[in-house]
Amino acid sequence: MRAEALLHQEYAIRGGDFVNAGESSCKIRNTLRQIGIDSEVVRRIAIAAYEAEMNVVMYAHHGKMEVNVYPEEIRLTIDDSGPGIADIDLAMQPGYSTASEEMREMGFGAGMGLPNIKKNADVFNLTSRVGKGTRLEINILLNGKNG
Amino acid sequence: MKIAEIVKSCKLQVLSASGSLDREAAGGYASDLLSDVMAHSNKGDIWITLQTHPNIVAVAVLKEICGIVLVNGRKPEQDTVSKAESESIPIMVTDLPAFELIGELHALGLRGKR
Repeated sequence: MRAEALLHQEYAIRGGDFVNAGESSCKIRNTLRQIGIDSEVVRRIAIAAYEAEMNVVMYAHHGKMEVNVYPEEIRLTIDDSGPGIADIDLAMQPGYSTASEEMREMGFGAGMGLPNIKKNADVFNLTSRVGKGTRLEINILLNGKNG
Repeated sequence: MKIAEIVKSCKLQVLSASGSLDREAAGGYASDLLSDVMAHSNKGDIWITLQTHPNIVAVAVLKEICGIVLVNGRKPEQDTVSKAESESIPIMVTDLPAFELIGELHALGLRGKR
């Protein structure tokens, strides 16, 4: 049985809101810094949270990002209502992206988001239902692979 | 090297957070792909880009980038400037193309690898 989270936060993410995109990730980063989480762990969470948040902003209608801090790990969960991902293996391939031309001009859609998240996670779990939405769960150990 | 010295040497125009120019630039990174900056920039880098939208501020905050320089005479959007102001991220602009500006920064001793 999992221990109770030492800290729990939830943020709503609005699809298509490029002006506020990234703010939830910034708040999570600031909170983790304030409670004294190791800076390398904070760096990895910040990258993962940002990429996940941008995926919701770019592709989904709305989503929720949840962060839970446990004694041994930090768990980040992002749920969205959106088109879902038909082929997760394909979506995970570096360079693969379904971003529009407009998003690419803004510097998004490099096809690096999901690989970046995976690279920074100790546990990576992506599940999706086409037409319903996507759930991404990642864990970063406080004494993890890069920490 | 302090951002203020870079501003002076490269004749940059400062559009936000002019009170934060005593921050040190530890190195530099140039890219217009946000995920690439997230993956490969280093803490304390000055970031050279032609992206002008507000999301560049979030990237700079998350990666602890010391300042952003927009090249080729690009101007930031108003939302970008206000966000940068509230997050104390200096945004600077130059008419130079990226290649020229980066050459100058390199000559000043800034490096992309460290």
